[in-house]
Amino acid sequence: MNRARPASGFDLPTPTTTPTPTPTLTANVKLPARAGIGLKPEHFREVLAQRPDIGFFEVHAENYMVAGGPFHHFLGRIREHYPLSLHGVGLSIGADAPLDDTHLDRLHALIRRYQPASFSEHLAWSSHGENFLNDLLPLPYNQATLDRVCEHIDQVQQRLCCRMLLENPATYVEFEASTMDETDFISALIKRTGCGLLLDVNNVHVSCVNHGRDALDYINRLPLHAVGEIHLAGFAADQDAAGAPLLIDSHGAPVDDAVWGLYAAVIARLGAMPSLLERDNDLPSLDALLAEAGLAEQWMGDARHAAPAPARPLTMAPATRPAKASAMGLATGRRA
Amino acid sequence: MSQADFAAALLTPGAPCPAGLKAWNGSDPSARFAVYRNNVLSSLIDALADTFPVTKQLVGTGFFNAMADLFIRQNPPRSRVLAFLGDGFAEFIDRFEPARSLPYLADVARLEKAYVAAYHAADAQALTAEALGAALGQADDAADLRLLAHPSATALVSNFAILSVWAAHQTPEANSESDGDVVDLSELNPLSAESALLVRPALEVLVLRLPPAWAVFFQSLQSAYTLADAAALAQTTDPDFDLPGALAFLTRQGALMSAQPNEARSP
Repeated sequence: MNRARPASGFDLPTPTTTPTPTPTLTANVKLPARAGIGLKPEHFREVLAQRPDIGFFEVHAENYMVAGGPFHHFLGRIREHYPLSLHGVGLSIGADAPLDDTHLDRLHALIRRYQPASFSEHLAWSSHGENFLNDLLPLPYNQATLDRVCEHIDQVQQRLCCRMLLENPATYVEFEASTMDETDFISALIKRTGCGLLLDVNNVHVSCVNHGRDALDYINRLPLHAVGEIHLAGFAADQDAAGAPLLIDSHGAPVDDAVWGLYAAVIARLGAMPSLLERDNDLPSLDALLAEAGLAEQWMGDARHAAPAPARPLTMAPATRPAKASAMGLATGRRA
Repeated sequence: MSQADFAAALLTPGAPCPAGLKAWNGSDPSARFAVYRNNVLSSLIDALADTFPVTKQLVGTGFFNAMADLFIRQNPPRSRVLAFLGDGFAEFIDRFEPARSLPYLADVARLEKAYVAAYHAADAQALTAEALGAALGQADDAADLRLLAHPSATALVSNFAILSVWAAHQTPEANSESDGDVVDLSELNPLSAESALLVRPALEVLVLRLPPAWAVFFQSLQSAYTLADAAALAQTTDPDFDLPGALAFLTRQGALMSAQPNEARSP
């Protein structure tokens, strides 16, 4: 069962049983080491008219699980010009029940149709029985959960004929039934399944604040060699019953300075990585999203010019945050 | 703690936080669990509001959210695809006592559900007038033809002015984020019967007024009645049903997909 794989490349997994006949992903194509943004229907026409200079677009797979219409029309046209990341939010990989075969079939059909450079999902559950709960719900970290999630990831990778990326979660509670740390759990399942890591830096910050952990230490304990994409997003702030800060992964605000700091530290260590600006609520203009993506590009530019970092623990990057004005200038540049 | 307990506690108002949860600082985990409860309900209410914007404007945000909350708890979504959220919402409104003062509300919700269905329906080439003419000419018995509807097309028959009410809200002001209905409906009588055809021949969904008999005719074609039987059913609504006029209109709007000779007798 140990099928540890090299971190680079969105290549085909080694089948554990019979080979699956049709490889449906563009083998050896991966997301560019650039900033990308989520593609929103509100921006379809503007994206086609402007063709902004952006590394890739990411879509939520479930929004395209419809028969036809404008969503497919525009995604098809935009895909002709940009690499695509397909990000699932409804597979419920952590569910204590078998995966939904119909949902896997729908994912398979989307991958065939749009040939994304990456498919990712969450370390979470979102369905119970016949009910879809539309949230990414937490898991206890123990051997039973690990075995089940590994089995599910094996099944996904075989059915979709690709190496998937799994995203670290933002959580608000912990379980008495947990016997291992989240980082050990993620390390073990990446080692066992060969899947990659979608490192959501905002989720790291949110979870570490919510559970009194050190974010850099958390990241240092992850298998960073397996990172295939980074997510950046904004959060909302609340308080728990004791008045301690409780951060909510809202995707409804600009990226916080603390998250940019973690991102800079990761980029300084790993070099430029496909980096997605996630924004699902209180959607700003396309230009505002592109400007924020420009900040990520600027951090990556700084990392490219710096000497390659040896594999050592992360530290907060000493570099000051890139000025917003110049990032705006970068982002409004149009693709020739 | 099982996922069953966790899920049940999410959907039951006032239910205690499931056992087995903890927080690093020893604080009461129920405040933290409440974040999940709120995420589940508010994200589903928002998704429902995306599908039913006019329904929401007609009753105001507070009323809509309370009604949607109750609907979701009683009918948790079965689909992982949010575009299909809201099956059964119109029927729920039909039975929802506090909405009785707006008797047209459920049918407006039906129109909005049909709009989203048309928007995401399968793409297909519509039947052209020439192709229809050829099929009518070639058939041994034109009365026995079956006309298949375009996948995006739906006809709605209502006792209320659903099309006028809906159309009055398709303005920038109505679409602004305001709490409560900003549209003046005093000029229209919501209690006058209207029928509508929704169809998406290309990228835009068309919402068109339709004589009630034409709506019955189209619904009968969708139920696989032959041309003659569908026309006979339409005549029960309007003895002067204009078959050529209805066929020309449905074809021109792209509501038909193909014409097939009858293989079995109509139901």
